[in-house]
Amino acid sequence: MSSNQDNVAFSSNQENAEEPGDKQKKLLKNSSRRRKAWDIFEKLSEGVLFVSAFLGVITVILIFLFLFKEAVPLFLDPLSAPTLTAKNWYPISNPHIFGLWPLIAGSLIVTFGAILISVPLGIGAAIYLSMVASPKVREILKPTIEVLAGIPSVVLGFFGLVVLAPWIKDFFGLSTGLTALTGSITLALMALPTITSISEDAISSVPRKYMEASLSMGATRWQAIVTVIVPAALSGITASVMLGIGRAIGETMTVLMVTGNAAIIPGTMLEPVRTMTATIAAEMGEVARGSEHYHALFVVGVVLFLMTFAVNYIADLVSRRMKEVE
Amino acid sequence: MSKIKIEAENLKLFYGDFQALKNINLTMKEKEVTALIGLSGCGKSTFLRCLNRMNDIIPNCHVEGKLTFEGEDIYHPDCDVVALRKKVGMVFQAPNPFPKTVYENVAYAPKLHGTKDRASLDEIVETSLKQAALWDEVKDRLHKPALGLSGGQQQRLCIARALAIKPEVLLMDEPTSALDPISTLKIEELIRELKQHYTIIIVTHNMQQAARVSDRTAFFLVGDLVEVDDTEVIFTNPKDQRTEDYITGRFG
Ligand SMILES: Nc1ncnc2c1ncn2[C@@H]1O[C@H](COP(=O)(O)OP(=O)(O)OP(=O)(O)O)[C@@H](O)[C@H]1O
Ligand SMILES: [Mg+2]
Repeated sequence: MSSNQDNVAFSSNQENAEEPGDKQKKLLKNSSRRRKAWDIFEKLSEGVLFVSAFLGVITVILIFLFLFKEAVPLFLDPLSAPTLTAKNWYPISNPHIFGLWPLIAGSLIVTFGAILISVPLGIGAAIYLSMVASPKVREILKPTIEVLAGIPSVVLGFFGLVVLAPWIKDFFGLSTGLTALTGSITLALMALPTITSISEDAISSVPRKYMEASLSMGATRWQAIVTVIVPAALSGITASVMLGIGRAIGETMTVLMVTGNAAIIPGTMLEPVRTMTATIAAEMGEVARGSEHYHALFVVGVVLFLMTFAVNYIADLVSRRMKEVE
Repeated sequence: MSKIKIEAENLKLFYGDFQALKNINLTMKEKEVTALIGLSGCGKSTFLRCLNRMNDIIPNCHVEGKLTFEGEDIYHPDCDVVALRKKVGMVFQAPNPFPKTVYENVAYAPKLHGTKDRASLDEIVETSLKQAALWDEVKDRLHKPALGLSGGQQQRLCIARALAIKPEVLLMDEPTSALDPISTLKIEELIRELKQHYTIIIVTHNMQQAARVSDRTAFFLVGDLVEVDDTEVIFTNPKDQRTEDYITGRFG
């Protein structure tokens, strides 16, 4: 500290020794020129940021318009439009039946299954890592988990297909292991690292003083974690869940590989299902451009878009409400 | 002569290799206010945090010697720390309200310890806030975030929160350091009032405050307890030259 101060004093002495008046003038000019440069820089960066934000919004709107434009012909088709609410998706039978319910149900059941598995596990793991594990254990586990987040989904799908599906088949005595549950578990594996890693960051960044305050009032460590630390980290935890689940909802490859791809409304988690994303991915390549089937796939796309949008919007509302209390 | 509430015997505390407290011997009697004074970094907060075992959570911190609460050794392995902390409340040096509402902050400990019914919680919140001289300022914003309060209001909120557990001993680490003179007087008033039921140990850098509110004053110097005596004696007729230098501002 004191040596630092000495240094400062020393250098300012030196400056003073060289014609102080001149130096001062130069400094003034310099600073005003610099300020102008900064002003321009600030205006410029503001402009650039505005344009990029604007482009982002425009792109999303354009994508939606494109989807919608390609979906509209089906709504206008007097034969196909009424079938959208049917219970079956028979796109190549005659007449076509484009019932969306099995696909929506498939997406929902797989996604909710994944949420039910990954959220408690992810938050639990985050609490363990940030509050229970010794620093050494954390130093090993945290990067490992972050690496897991980068595994390509097709690899996880492969794992689900080769390892998980046979297990589930044997365990429940099913005729096939390719079920909604298999999809949920694989998606959960995919969301888990994201949820764990971001929640861990959120929990670790809760100031220590909250823990101290809680303990000083006679809380046990666990009570403090549950009543103060986790609530204080809740907006970060919500964000982690949204990111993890966001990845899972839009995921195509994994579910295509492990859910059995039967477009039927599932009765339980142990039946094959077909999600919206898998349907689009599987059928878009073979469909005749401009056919009813083609337009029907765009209807699926619009529904998927709206659902994702709704989920994000709700999540945003929830996390904003939570922020208010902080 | 009232009975001894807390007693430190040859208390030593180490942060790793660094000895922050060297052989402290100090008794604090029931329903007395003890002021801890001394230069910054001399170990006042450290000593205070021993009394409710808050140093437990600091890694590499260990304590030697004996510290008793109503005759029971609180560093004995069988000591119930939770029960101890319910009896020994603490107001920290820096305000640390939870990121919850004002109401939830004060109701936190009662809820934690099993008070569920809304009416009694309301009652506890109101009395505690009134005691801490904060009620009038927050009664219309009980359900607003506590972090929206000013620094001084936050500090009084922490006092209210500590009072809500109805402790027997109250440890206050510079409770008025962020307060204006009026609020400071109110808190001092509170301390004099609380003294009828509670044992209070207060750290302060304000000599007048120590003189105004405390019955006994202990002067710390780099981990040592230099002198402890009735406040009047310390401020009028200290035995140790260093104490005299400190209270007259001639130190260093
Ligand atoms: N967690 C810790 N780890 C290591 N050393 C610590 C820790 N806390 C305090 N110390 C050291 O112990 C000594 C006493 O600190 P303490 O906080 O008790 O001082 P204080 O008397 O309360 O000072 P102030 O009046 O500034 O609050 C200081 O030298 C400090 O640097
Ligand atoms: Mg201190």
